[in-house]
Amino acid sequence: METSNIVIMQIKESTEIYDVIIVGSGAGGGMATKQLADAGLNIAVVEAGPFFDPADPKTMTQLKWPYDSPRRGANTDRAFGEWDMSYGDWEVDGEPYTHAEGTTFKWWRSRMLGGRTNHWGRISLRFGPKDFKGKTRDGYGEDWPIGYDDVKPYYDKLDKLIGVFGTNEGLENDPDGFFLPPPKPRLHELFYIEGAKKSGIPVIPGRLSMLTKRINNDRGICFYCGQCSRSCSVYADFSAGSCLIFPAQKSGGKVKIYVNSMVREVTVDEEGRATGVSYINKEDRKEYKLKAKVVVLAASACSSARILLNSKSKQHPNGLGNSSDVVGKYLHDSTGSSASGVIPGLMNRKVSYNEDGTGGMHVYSPWWGDNSKLDFPRGYHIEVWGGMGQPNYGFGFDANGFNKFFGLKVGGYGDSLRDDVKKYYGSVIGFGGRGEGIARKENYCEIDPTTVDDYGIPVLKFNYKWSDLEIKQAKHMQDTFEELIHNMGGIPLSDKPGKEQNYGLNAPGEIIHEVGTTRMGNDPKTSVTNKFQQLHDVDNVFIVDAGPFVSQADKNCTWTIMALSWRASDYIIEQLKQQNI
Amino acid sequence: MDRRKSIQTIILGAGASALAFHGCKTDSTEVSQEIPATEATNYFGRTPAELERLEKLNAEQLFNAHEMETIAVLSTVILPPKEPHGGPIEADVPNFIEFMGKDIPEMQNTLLGGLMWLDHKSNTEFGVEFKAATLAQQQQICDEICWHDTELDLEKQPLEIQFFFLMRGLTVTGYYTSKVGIADLGYKGNMPNVWDGVPQEVLDQHGMAYDPEWIAKCVDQSKRNVIAEWDEHGNLLT
Repeated sequence: METSNIVIMQIKESTEIYDVIIVGSGAGGGMATKQLADAGLNIAVVEAGPFFDPADPKTMTQLKWPYDSPRRGANTDRAFGEWDMSYGDWEVDGEPYTHAEGTTFKWWRSRMLGGRTNHWGRISLRFGPKDFKGKTRDGYGEDWPIGYDDVKPYYDKLDKLIGVFGTNEGLENDPDGFFLPPPKPRLHELFYIEGAKKSGIPVIPGRLSMLTKRINNDRGICFYCGQCSRSCSVYADFSAGSCLIFPAQKSGGKVKIYVNSMVREVTVDEEGRATGVSYINKEDRKEYKLKAKVVVLAASACSSARILLNSKSKQHPNGLGNSSDVVGKYLHDSTGSSASGVIPGLMNRKVSYNEDGTGGMHVYSPWWGDNSKLDFPRGYHIEVWGGMGQPNYGFGFDANGFNKFFGLKVGGYGDSLRDDVKKYYGSVIGFGGRGEGIARKENYCEIDPTTVDDYGIPVLKFNYKWSDLEIKQAKHMQDTFEELIHNMGGIPLSDKPGKEQNYGLNAPGEIIHEVGTTRMGNDPKTSVTNKFQQLHDVDNVFIVDAGPFVSQADKNCTWTIMALSWRASDYIIEQLKQQNI
Repeated sequence: MDRRKSIQTIILGAGASALAFHGCKTDSTEVSQEIPATEATNYFGRTPAELERLEKLNAEQLFNAHEMETIAVLSTVILPPKEPHGGPIEADVPNFIEFMGKDIPEMQNTLLGGLMWLDHKSNTEFGVEFKAATLAQQQQICDEICWHDTELDLEKQPLEIQFFFLMRGLTVTGYYTSKVGIADLGYKGNMPNVWDGVPQEVLDQHGMAYDPEWIAKCVDQSKRNVIAEWDEHGNLLT
């Protein structure tokens, strides 16, 4: 026992030198794995969670019925309900984070191969030309060092490689692409289209990475169960494991996956260049080292910032890549505010058909506003939900609660409860506004030296507050939702949140679009990476998650993470060829 | 009268068999040594840690035999069985409530206290425990507690009101998340299919129509199996 304890204290170093170590296997890491492996490089992927394959019947939740579980789908184990395919949510056992007093940030982590791509909404929106030039547009934040034209070729290739349904609408800031045909709207979506029209709000088919049509012979086609959040067993939705990492392995790529391996820091040599990473194996709780010529961080915006800040050395006393002191700064999530209403026109529905459809919305509203006439910058898009979905825990709990809107009694018991349930089934429509907050230096994460996780790694402390601009945007969302519900002849389900509730503005982190912690730029004094996502300070370390985003758009970030990861991967391949790194 | 009695017997029997299941448990240290039941018949995509917690909850017992029987009786007063899709017993509602009480312990005081209130009330008014009272007596008790004040937070209302609200909620949600309840609801999803829009008669019923221009852009399901190809402008060719 004594001797084995001594062994445990030693850091185990592997002798193999990989071409590239990729930390994290989500959207950014998955794409880098695919591109770099396809180029013939020898890759190690280091993932903090277990192996996961959506097709494995042991872990699969797709097509389960509520009664397959004693809790009928309740969310006691998983924040989005027990069928949701994310191992971890805003809380992860043994991996705490802390806050500066009086501030909030909720940090979602999915500890599994593929990360959050296994459960996300698959809403896949390109950033538009305006989204890369925020400062030029309205003076807030900073411009990106690149523009839409730099990213467009990668968006195009991405559409074809992964598959996304949608339509070419010729909209300036919601660019066209190579879309699969969208599904037809559901009934509540027709009500939405009509309601929005009355207010002059545009509605177009949704843009989601689900295969409504075959794109290759390795992936299945959508069979319309509406359960993309459970991760598709026939790979008809995009998940980084099923669509990037497995194909990279299948086509003969050299990809070694280290699972349950929590990276602590990037190691460096005397010159301060990266030599690899050190990580904790969660199973034996020992520290190991891997070596590589290039290190690619794709651990998620905040996790990658944490790794950099924890990678202190005499060459990089302020953390790796942090001579600018910008690592962790400019953290920003999408804004979000929601409302829902009961629509009398959608009551007493025929249940003669299956309207599960694809996961999420078949239609949505891209931003339509004219900011010169508004009291906030940037915009938001509207996501729509509703329909006759699968009943799970909570369904029918307040069976006739809506009676109060129609002057009828609420409560009671007996046979009439069955009629109440059916009367209101599918009659609710809901909206989520998802918008752009401004990136600010004052919103940041940093290392909390007083606290470590179960693996002994110092944790992040968050410091994040919304400003008036985001609050005003949320107010606009609420006013819009009120009008939309009214247009549809509906009744809002809850009181409109007012000023004292920040107009229902979600807490930072709740929309799970956090970006900006290692922003890119041309000036090493004010940015962490260059425009190819290479650290200014260390030329063989790259970041391919949402950390390098200069600004979020009124879009979801995943499609841009992948396009940029592909672009950065091309650059890495080129630089290796030229022996620059 | 006879029919009522037979329903009661079935219910009491169901309550008892639910308890027999719990009676099989061994002490908790032994249970925790078990390897997570990856081969369990009711496997539903749990992680090892989640399975461990399930085993732990299943080894616990929240309600005694009398309480389980009372829950069974009350749930069928709340949602009487109806042909052809049965009621709370066929939907396994009593076991569901037992499980949820353990899964969400915040409910326990309301549930246990409410059951005590129910018997106290029935004993006081009718000299008999709630489960053994006549349906009319049971309904008389329920009539007093089944209407909550919708303008006031539930937590600020009497315990028995909160209890009934919770029991009704658990009963209805338990029923409609069961196999029989889903059949009663008529939900047609959760199975592979090809979505091709809302049926015409449903559109008609709600006074809706598809915009032909919109539909023209949507997927032609007869070609879903043909691999997508585009021209250089992003126009789908296949």
